[in-house]
Amino acid sequence: MATPDVSVPIGRTTPVLDRAVAVRHRILPTRALLYLALLVLSLVFFFPFFWTIASSLKSTTELFDFPPLVFPAAPQWSNYATVLTTVPFLLWVKNSLVVVALSTSGVVLSASAVAYSFARFRYRGRDTMFLVTLATMMLPGQVTLIPQFILFDKMGWVNTLNPLWVPAWFGGGAFFIFLLRQFFRSLPKELDEAARIDGAGYPRIFWSVLLPLCKPALATVMVISFISNWDNFLTPLIYLNNQNLFTVALGLDYFQNFPQQAGMPMQNLLMAASLMAVLPPMVLFFVSQRYFVQGIILSGFKG
Amino acid sequence: MAASSSAQRALKQRSARSFLPKLLGVDTPLQAQTALWGYLFVLPWLLGLIIFIVGPILASFYLSFTQYNILTAPKFIGFANYEHAFSADTLFWPSLGRTFLYALLVVPIGLVGSLGLALLLNQRARGTNIFRTLFFVPSLTPTVALALLWTWLFHPTVGPINTMLVLIGLPGPGWLTSAQWALPSLIIIALWAGLGGSTMLIFLAGLQGVPQELMDAARIDGAARWAKFRHVTFPMISPTMLFNFVLGVIGALQVFTLAFVATSGGPSYATWFFALNIYNQAFQYLNMGYGAALAWILVVIVLSLTLINLALSRRWVYYAGD
Repeated sequence: MATPDVSVPIGRTTPVLDRAVAVRHRILPTRALLYLALLVLSLVFFFPFFWTIASSLKSTTELFDFPPLVFPAAPQWSNYATVLTTVPFLLWVKNSLVVVALSTSGVVLSASAVAYSFARFRYRGRDTMFLVTLATMMLPGQVTLIPQFILFDKMGWVNTLNPLWVPAWFGGGAFFIFLLRQFFRSLPKELDEAARIDGAGYPRIFWSVLLPLCKPALATVMVISFISNWDNFLTPLIYLNNQNLFTVALGLDYFQNFPQQAGMPMQNLLMAASLMAVLPPMVLFFVSQRYFVQGIILSGFKG
Repeated sequence: MAASSSAQRALKQRSARSFLPKLLGVDTPLQAQTALWGYLFVLPWLLGLIIFIVGPILASFYLSFTQYNILTAPKFIGFANYEHAFSADTLFWPSLGRTFLYALLVVPIGLVGSLGLALLLNQRARGTNIFRTLFFVPSLTPTVALALLWTWLFHPTVGPINTMLVLIGLPGPGWLTSAQWALPSLIIIALWAGLGGSTMLIFLAGLQGVPQELMDAARIDGAARWAKFRHVTFPMISPTMLFNFVLGVIGALQVFTLAFVATSGGPSYATWFFALNIYNQAFQYLNMGYGAALAWILVVIVLSLTLINLALSRRWVYYAGD
């Protein structure tokens, strides 16, 4: 029930022009403020990276100049090489990549199979099991940590990479199962039925009909799993104490505490190492941004 | 003999045929066969749930009543671990209070900030995608790198933040090296990393789901900006708010890595969070039984808070579908 707009004075000849002027006056400052806010915020979010990059290229004496130099006089690219020779950083990268690759493939394969079951089959206990699955998202990881450690210790897996990826092959975790189940449910059931009429069994329907259609969701799962495994610190901290088995996250922390042993590293080396640790998830994000953003949204608000 | 055995077999088969569907919760044998496939596909998770989640939860419940250091068999000691936590462990109550304080600040500020960023991005300014990416990038930083990076930014004498403060004539605090400022510093770091992260993306999606008709209707009714937000936008995104809120609380109560790397819980226990206490007891001192008791206390706290949040949410969350 919109009342007619009576605020326009009668007799004015160019209401359209008036409105345009009014709109420009009202909108322009707001737009300008909006862009100003966006720019300032971008600066806030980006400045620390800029500072890291600048610091990583400074010489040791430049680090302690006051006031600090914004740009180093001559970029010390050799800082990066020094990191690689001071600690087995490339080995840590390799370990991280092994863990990430093995756990991510486990997550993708097992979570999609489980999600297929939850989305497409009817059996006793399915809904209960699904509810339990969702409930595990609320569980603090600390409570399973100690018994898992004891279990892996008894299996002789302490100081191996196994505890970091083997659990991923058992369903991959509630979050991924939920995300993929939502995606399976959005695919028309007629696809399955048509494939059944053509004589396909369930494994074949799963593998050759539905899974190829899930590519966007699977890409999301891959990216999120990569990033969270790359970031993971607590699990490697608990299971690994052999330097040659460290992941990047654990190695970086070790590198921080290195001076107590060898008088190194300076902040420029630490920043160089940190940047190298940030790079892989960031590159992956830029490559897969579209899927990634979609996936987070999908997981977040579609009940 | 042969005849009777085949009759028996048929009978057995028939009873199996009607028994199996009932057992699996379906109507016909064909559906029962399908259900078996369903179980097969869910099997990895069923095993994972038992081996890595339900089993360990029960095991740590048992261990919380024991003294156990992995090397010798667990010794049952009743409620001694819990008594020790509540009355003798001088780090218990302070670390719990500190963790609550951290959550109490990080979660609301984080939610309001993330929603604010999402609202800004939702104005459909030119270049929104670029800004969205710039805001998101900090959340991709591995937590260890985040801690190292900010230790350097917060450096009391040569860090850029204190340099700027000195230039405008303010005394820069010791940030992570000061018992008074360490906790606020960690909160600033967590907010910097989290504001533009997945919480913001989820809000953004929620905002984009607010029907334009409702906004138009509110505008025609003469609603001001705040009124539109209060009475249209907020109710429409309240389920998203609940989701972010519940997960935010759960995450904040488990804060560990940031404090472990940036401050090691110090200086003088100023950032000694509950999870650090668990880690220290279980994996530094090998007090697995006591660590399990602490972990169980955390579980009870997190679960009850989540249930309270979900119960209270009925008062402020609006589901358009209902």
